[in-house]
Amino acid sequence: MDMPVKKKKLGLKERYALMTRGLGWEPSYQSIDDIFPMDSFEGIKIHDWDAWEDPFRLTMDSYWKYQAEKERKLYAIVDAFAQSNGHLTLSDSRYINTVKLFVNGFAPLEYMSHRGFAHIGRQFRGVGPRVACIMQSLDEMRHSQTQIHAISNYNRYYSGMAEFRHHHDYLPYLQVPKSFFEDAATGGPFEFIVAIGFAFEYVLTNLVFVPFISGAAYNGDMGAMTFGFSAQSDEARHMTLGLEVIKFVLEQDPANVPIVQKWLNKWTWRGVRVLTLVAMMQDYMLPKRVMSWAEAWEIYFEENCGALFRDLARYGITMPPCVEQVRLERDHLSHMAWAHFYQARGTSDFHVWLPSEDDMDWLSSKYPETFDQYYRPRFEYWAKCEADGKPFEATAVPMQCQVCQIPMLFTEPGHPMTLAQRHVHYRDEQYHFCSEHCEEIFNDEPEKYIQAKIAGHEVFKGNAFRPGTDPTAEGFNPAAEALAFFKVEHGRDNGLHHGSHDHRNFEMWRGLAKTND
Amino acid sequence: MSEAGSTVFLALQANDDTRHVIDAIMADNPTAILDPQPAMVRITNRGALVVRRESIEERMGRDYDLQELHINMISLSGRVDETDDELTLSWNH
Repeated sequence: MDMPVKKKKLGLKERYALMTRGLGWEPSYQSIDDIFPMDSFEGIKIHDWDAWEDPFRLTMDSYWKYQAEKERKLYAIVDAFAQSNGHLTLSDSRYINTVKLFVNGFAPLEYMSHRGFAHIGRQFRGVGPRVACIMQSLDEMRHSQTQIHAISNYNRYYSGMAEFRHHHDYLPYLQVPKSFFEDAATGGPFEFIVAIGFAFEYVLTNLVFVPFISGAAYNGDMGAMTFGFSAQSDEARHMTLGLEVIKFVLEQDPANVPIVQKWLNKWTWRGVRVLTLVAMMQDYMLPKRVMSWAEAWEIYFEENCGALFRDLARYGITMPPCVEQVRLERDHLSHMAWAHFYQARGTSDFHVWLPSEDDMDWLSSKYPETFDQYYRPRFEYWAKCEADGKPFEATAVPMQCQVCQIPMLFTEPGHPMTLAQRHVHYRDEQYHFCSEHCEEIFNDEPEKYIQAKIAGHEVFKGNAFRPGTDPTAEGFNPAAEALAFFKVEHGRDNGLHHGSHDHRNFEMWRGLAKTND
Repeated sequence: MSEAGSTVFLALQANDDTRHVIDAIMADNPTAILDPQPAMVRITNRGALVVRRESIEERMGRDYDLQELHINMISLSGRVDETDDELTLSWNH
């Protein structure tokens, strides 16, 4: 019998070179510019695509192997969670509202990211980044699917999730995350990868998936914990890719530096604005809290982005100017957002509540400079309204920022009693902004942002009604008709948590789970 | 602050697979700080953090491919340099 000859195993670097660069070829009968027409119009100059170094030298075969392992682990836990009525082991039924926010606001972004990376995975002429983008595109599809799949276990029992795709497309508050991604996806391939690799992966997902998902685990949500950590294990690769792209681009030509700086300025701000929703989840929506938004911010923005910008300083990149305002808003963000969602609870697809005395004491201890002075009195006043049987609710359509699409709820940086508003007159129309940073983004590309669909305007234009609706009919109720178009069941999907269907069902089922009745 | 003064971190799921990995990292990086959080740990260090295959194998008692880290890795910061034997996170070049 012949002894098998043991082949010498290739090292990681050689294997990676063969399985990525080795897959490319020089075109012979088409010009390279015709094959890759989109990677030059943004003004980014690349002289040597081979100088690209992939930080994780993952080849397709090991990619499949490890991703399959992640999926096996994930589905074992998701199944076990469903089979053992895991939803009844949650800390409190209020927690479920974070899951609703997640599937409506975040899972569709993963899908958009899948589309975006599939697109730029075709558009870069360098083989290394192209392979990395294709893997990322597959990851993002996986994230979207696993999140929807894991959360479908909640949808069997609770409201607000069944129409997540329609809600993401039309519900006003969800236009904030949606427009963020559409803005990125309609940029060129370099802007897209800087926007998503840096603002979304490096800044945003760390804050969504790490402290928040750790919080999900703390609140008994095994399903969210598992998809969250499983997704973030890919994000580690994605953010590394994003940073590598930035470094690569900066090293290729000094003319690239101001372009990249402009994108970093823009996308830091865009990312931070979307994080308003996460700040509120972290401080107000987790019944058992892990850390405050301000604490998470210190670790994942101040420390983490500080290190990155110190690293990029060698190329002449500086910290985006918006960071000054971001720091001033840190201790206000979650309170402003939750106060807004409390008032506007008729138009969202999850339930809200007022913070309890205990909650407010915790918030005071975490936000000693702001909470008692500016926000506690407001929540106490609303609690009194509720106790008197006259809960306060805002029913008007809010004015929204033309860029971030957030209702203009922010106050002037450093002046928490003054509402911030900026306005620009452009081609016979008036546009409104929440801040000078959103205004600046608009002024740089007004023809892009005048096309933004602003949910409030769509209602006034009659675009938020079902086909066949007759606004001239007697007794026509525009608010009720808009909710019907949004597919929000008023009084069930929205409103106050206490006494809601979800709250009552959870209490009843949990009671049944503990007895033999 | 100099670059060497910047902090890098590696966040891992806290489970049976990572027990030995975490021990190995803490042994190989004497100045690293272990921060346990619900369901996860976050290991931070000034300057750089090294994950060594051999140290993990010693503790696990089996062959270990460093790319297995992907399965339980939650997040990281710093630039990555990966070989068959070591994965290094650092802000230095």
